[in-house]
Amino acid sequence: MQFWGYKRKEGRAGIRNHVLILPACACGSESARIVASQVRGAVNIVFNTGCSDVAANTAMSQKVLTGFACNPNVYGVVIIGLGCETVPHMELRKKIQSMTSKPVVSFGIQDEGGTLKTIEKAVRAARDMAAEAAMQPKELCDISELLLGIECGGSDATSGIASNPAVGELSDLLVDLGASTIMSESIEWIGGEHVLAKRAATPEIHNQIIQVCKDYEEHLKAAGQDCRAGQPTPGNKAGGLSTLDEKSLGCIRKGGTRPIVEVIAQAERPTKTGAIVMDTAGYDISSVTSMVAGGCNAVIFTTGRGTPTGNAIVPVLKVTANGVTYQKMEDNMDVDLSDIIKGTKTFQECGKELLAVIEDICNGKMTKAEAYGFSDIAVDHVCRFV
Amino acid sequence: MEINGLLMDLKDNVVTCVALVPAGEQVVYRRGDEICTLTAQEEIPYCHKVALADLAEGDQVIKYGELIGRTTALVEKGHWVSHNNIYSVPRDYESELM
Repeated sequence: MQFWGYKRKEGRAGIRNHVLILPACACGSESARIVASQVRGAVNIVFNTGCSDVAANTAMSQKVLTGFACNPNVYGVVIIGLGCETVPHMELRKKIQSMTSKPVVSFGIQDEGGTLKTIEKAVRAARDMAAEAAMQPKELCDISELLLGIECGGSDATSGIASNPAVGELSDLLVDLGASTIMSESIEWIGGEHVLAKRAATPEIHNQIIQVCKDYEEHLKAAGQDCRAGQPTPGNKAGGLSTLDEKSLGCIRKGGTRPIVEVIAQAERPTKTGAIVMDTAGYDISSVTSMVAGGCNAVIFTTGRGTPTGNAIVPVLKVTANGVTYQKMEDNMDVDLSDIIKGTKTFQECGKELLAVIEDICNGKMTKAEAYGFSDIAVDHVCRFV
Repeated sequence: MEINGLLMDLKDNVVTCVALVPAGEQVVYRRGDEICTLTAQEEIPYCHKVALADLAEGDQVIKYGELIGRTTALVEKGHWVSHNNIYSVPRDYESELM
């Protein structure tokens, strides 16, 4: 299987060719939004941190910012910093330039003399970059260039029974074709971690999966918190998911059945090909953020209750097996999988149909969240701001 | 009779209702090739679970063939199983390491 994508000098091909307007800190976010709104072909993210953070939080922010910049769907990057952020914009730019040969420029609001002067310069830079990006022809790429992020959010009982197994089937088909997938949300392995660990390619990976869950619970305990107090969410409970264990046993089905070849930390780039798992929060927006930073060029997202989320850098494809939700939220849902619940189609059949949808998305078809220009982001934190 | 419940594994003691089942109506589900029925003793909301057997306080609740929690009180056959009457059991990670 092949798709028409944008080849990159380093790493995987892009399925989009965005100019990314990247704030180095929260103080650059509004300027970045205004710059992106002025230039067709540019997208921005709203960043809520980058200042007054402990070292571990800064490290996470930097992983997300550099990961976004290096994402294959990004043609070039315009960074907007303030000047006194924890990691100055020039330093962030150098870091990104050491990781990728794509064009990167940066501006600091304090040095440029305020937001208007910064915006003017950044718009000119983004305009020139977008003009260059538009000249890059699409080329035929093998499906092995695809790294699909697999997410679920606003889950109900239909997620574990139908949409997650269908996406699991899709993941198996893609892995068999040579592509790679990432399933994240490690907190939603808890209660099903022993089942997930059976898919580990090696005993080491088996133990890593168990250890990730153990460490997550201990991390929350150290802050006096209990994962079971927040999971399942009120929406999950209303949707028939009574315990974290029930939610997890449904959640892990979206990763399919192929051997897990690598366990990676949040927002990290995989080094292996095949079925990969990432240690992230169960908070869907944060988990998608981390997978996009890890280099996913597309995300498939199952939901039961219905969620509108989208990401600026990668298309997020929304699928639900809850027929009521599909009808009520058709403006946000891309694919209706309720035939599985009705018993008129199997999840395996739907998995094959999803492969054709993913092929279309790779070739440029926009998801609904993408067409609306949604740009959700949530950077996970180790502890409080300082 | 139309199927309105899904049994995920033969070991399960709950069925997920894929339509609202009013009190006194039948939950119809497949167990392998066999079609089974059960009378709902109270209204079971869409996407929620019904007990296939009497579950004493502290009994295991099984779905997907796995433990999803234990009951906090007696839940009789045909009654609604939800977050109000089951709880998650802490994991024993050490025993799972290879």
